Amino acid sequence: MKISPDQPSVLSALDRPNSYIGRSVPRPNLQRLTQGRGNYVSDTVLLRMVHVAYVRSPHAHARIRSIDAAQAKQSPGVVAVVTGPELAKVMTPWVGVLTHLKGIKSALQHAIAIDRACWQGEAVCAVVAKTRAQAEDAVGLVEVDYEPLPAVTDMETALAASTPVIHPELGDNLTFARKHEAGDVDKGFQDADEIVETTFVFGRHTGVTNEPRAIIADWNPGEQRLTVYHGTQAPHMMQNIFAKHLALEEQQVRVVTKDVGGSFGIKVHVYPDEMAVVALSRMLNRPVKFVADRLESFVTDIHARDHRVKAKIGVRKDGTITAWEIDDLTGIGPYSVYPRTSGIEANQVVNLTAAPYTCQNYRGQCTVVMQNKNVMCQYRAVGHPIAVAVTEGLVDLAAMKIGMDPVEIRRRNLVRDDAYPATAPSGIKFEKLSHHAALDKMLKMMDYDGLRAEQKRLRAQGIYRGIGITSFVEITNPSAAFYGVGGAHISSQDGAAMKLDAQGNVVVHTGVSEQGQGAEAVMAQVAASSFGVPIERVRIIMGDTDNTPYGGGTWASRAAGIGGEAAWQAGKALRANVLAVAASILQAQREMLDIRNGVVVDKDTGNERIGLNEVARIAYFRPDTLPPGFQAELMATRHYVPRAYAFAFTNGVQASWLEVDTDTGFVKLLKHWCVEDCGTIINPQLVDEQVRGGIVQGIGGALFENCLYDERGQMLNGNMADYLVPMAGEMPDIEVGHVVSPTADSELGAKGAGEAGTAGAPGAIMNALNDALQPLGAKLLVEMPFTPARVLKALGKV
Amino acid sequence: MSDTAYNVALTVNGEAVSETVEARMTLADFLRDTLGLTGTHLGCEHGVCGTCTVRLDGVIVRGCLTLAVQCNGKRVETIEGASDSNELADLQEAFRVRNALQCGFCTPGMLLAAQELLLRGGVPSREEIRVHLSGNYCRCTGYHAIVDAVEATAQARAGSAR
Repeated sequence: MKISPDQPSVLSALDRPNSYIGRSVPRPNLQRLTQGRGNYVSDTVLLRMVHVAYVRSPHAHARIRSIDAAQAKQSPGVVAVVTGPELAKVMTPWVGVLTHLKGIKSALQHAIAIDRACWQGEAVCAVVAKTRAQAEDAVGLVEVDYEPLPAVTDMETALAASTPVIHPELGDNLTFARKHEAGDVDKGFQDADEIVETTFVFGRHTGVTNEPRAIIADWNPGEQRLTVYHGTQAPHMMQNIFAKHLALEEQQVRVVTKDVGGSFGIKVHVYPDEMAVVALSRMLNRPVKFVADRLESFVTDIHARDHRVKAKIGVRKDGTITAWEIDDLTGIGPYSVYPRTSGIEANQVVNLTAAPYTCQNYRGQCTVVMQNKNVMCQYRAVGHPIAVAVTEGLVDLAAMKIGMDPVEIRRRNLVRDDAYPATAPSGIKFEKLSHHAALDKMLKMMDYDGLRAEQKRLRAQGIYRGIGITSFVEITNPSAAFYGVGGAHISSQDGAAMKLDAQGNVVVHTGVSEQGQGAEAVMAQVAASSFGVPIERVRIIMGDTDNTPYGGGTWASRAAGIGGEAAWQAGKALRANVLAVAASILQAQREMLDIRNGVVVDKDTGNERIGLNEVARIAYFRPDTLPPGFQAELMATRHYVPRAYAFAFTNGVQASWLEVDTDTGFVKLLKHWCVEDCGTIINPQLVDEQVRGGIVQGIGGALFENCLYDERGQMLNGNMADYLVPMAGEMPDIEVGHVVSPTADSELGAKGAGEAGTAGAPGAIMNALNDALQPLGAKLLVEMPFTPARVLKALGKV
Repeated sequence: MSDTAYNVALTVNGEAVSETVEARMTLADFLRDTLGLTGTHLGCEHGVCGTCTVRLDGVIVRGCLTLAVQCNGKRVETIEGASDSNELADLQEAFRVRNALQCGFCTPGMLLAAQELLLRGGVPSREEIRVHLSGNYCRCTGYHAIVDAVEATAQARAGSAR
């Protein structure tokens, strides 16, 4: 491996000299992190800060008869012991529903359980002490008298008449259901030569962010203001929610988000134990800190997936797909998570299934039910891994049935690259995708024919290797259609405010935030290119609701595409303002000047006219020398939200090459490829690393990760020794390629890239496994994760 | 001093440290909470994720599975010390340029684990690098970039040693 340094581009893709767009500029400020000098919430210490630990329900479902805290209150260091009813005096409860998910329902949820715990791990009492260790000591002294109640755990029977209803006021255990039908499905199946049906199962898994959830709330009674240091993806959303449920104005709440040790969708939700922290600070008039320990994380961080999808495809002998049908069932725990709801993932499964293909005969339905397990909600690539694995699994099964190569059947059915704009059978709209170009590129990158030949040769030696391919689409750059239209105060627009400082450097305040994906670098690249300065002269301010324009934060692959465009526009606006100042100093025409490499130049000749430091000096310190009536405007703010399309869909294709040990059931990943199209690529290295990291998260769900519950609703493997995550030794090298179809919705043309990897990987692994084991007559592997035991079972060896 | 507290004297990043610690206090908590060396992170506190990796008498250990009292009379090095001595400068630069970190939470432990491999000399294969780093969990990168950065550093060091 030779690491090549980034080189300046000769000509800008976006028609600006010295552009950083399209360059692999290293992220600013990384030395801070490589030296261990980051500033994570878990590192942060405030004066008079106390720590909270929670008494958590050991039962999946239990009535709380009484709580005796007398002994705990006497324990060394304890400051307060607070029950649900006590906390509810300062914090209002919530319900996780959105109006655009028709019929969705959930129950009122409190920060700390009032009289009933609904999952194992739900907080039932808070203990606040001078140290976390002292708080944990006292947790053990709180006596809770529980009356265990029947636990609803099996999603298949959650709606049965004999199953208890978790929240009687809701009438049943149904949260959300949707049916969608397009084209003529029955006719489509009649027209098929072959119909293939199977049931895909996707295990529950979770995010396992390296830094657990962490929050410090500091209510200052003198200022009547709350400052929250929070490892969150959405600072402004949390500002709104903290204010709302503490009956404060938003301006009384400041959310500060510095370094966040991984998010992936885990840290974009409202967690009751975090809401309790802000309420406790309000009650105690001092800073309160909560950092989940890993055992708490496993039973309280949102879980994801947990879908059972019955699926059917019709195909003609010539490979034409004639109809699709899916029926998705998912269990989401006892509450729909606030404020984004737990109905979105199943809704996405219905939206995204069959999306890359021309066949419009599609029947999709989903049923979302409640259970007494930890809550389930949106995690990286929401719904995509399910929809992609189901769709691509069906396509491979159809190909197998008619004896066609998996690549050939895709060629015959993927929407043509010149057929856009196009609409998927679910009604979602695509501006411009490139399925065929991506597939062509993939086949070259992986040497598909060569691998097929190698596969055949090795099979003769008893070595079983498989190739699995998935074509997919990814939702990025969401407009208000995602949450805003449903009534949630989650901003889909984002703002950037750019100012010239007194030395001619640039400061950019942006509403998007950083979890390590490189948003800071992308903003700096865009701002430097747009305004016209070397990137070293740009400083980015993010993650502080007091000091950034209102914005949505970082989720749904929106930071570069939406926040980036706002920064691009702000840079242009500030350039115009600064050139107006320069023009008045130089007595020149503003239109004849430009800013390049930090210097005001003649646009035509590139000749230097005046440095930005000199412009700034005059504007700030000698405005008296400027013409009468001229006011320099040295800060410009622009906002952006996609309007032409509800989402900027991206597309891509992934391939897995793996080997199965048919004696042990172990799977060795030999190589993985991804070709994706995220429109304009602002920073190729950052895009590639998003794709790689996403793929490995997808592989985790396909091969290792599974939150195992018993029938009583007890999680059986809630620790990192028993819950397996991908480690370096098992992961393959991953090659990434690109096709570029910019969105015309913005000048930058950038779409998101954060979730493509996770979307396509599980299906690729599944298809490769079945491809490997097909000659052995193995049963189809359709239940994730594909553990060695399941592989051996498919082979009939156990 | 309670009956469960002990005096310890040790060297941390070359500096003599004397403190009184509870018997149950881990080395990681001692470094973070008592000494303010927050570069040593805590990911799982049960010895799996490798985020709290530090060096004890020159050998990498899990800071969460080592008690502070066990370090009496010993020499502890953390990411802050290894950074200030410039021992890791080339590896840190390779991580930066190759974007071998995203959230950065695993990075201090990952760097110290990688350095242990690199100190053995030679240029390990990608497979050897992957196996050596398999006790350090990274959720962000998918590991490929980390392997690239470690491999590039090994090649550069081997090149300059010749």
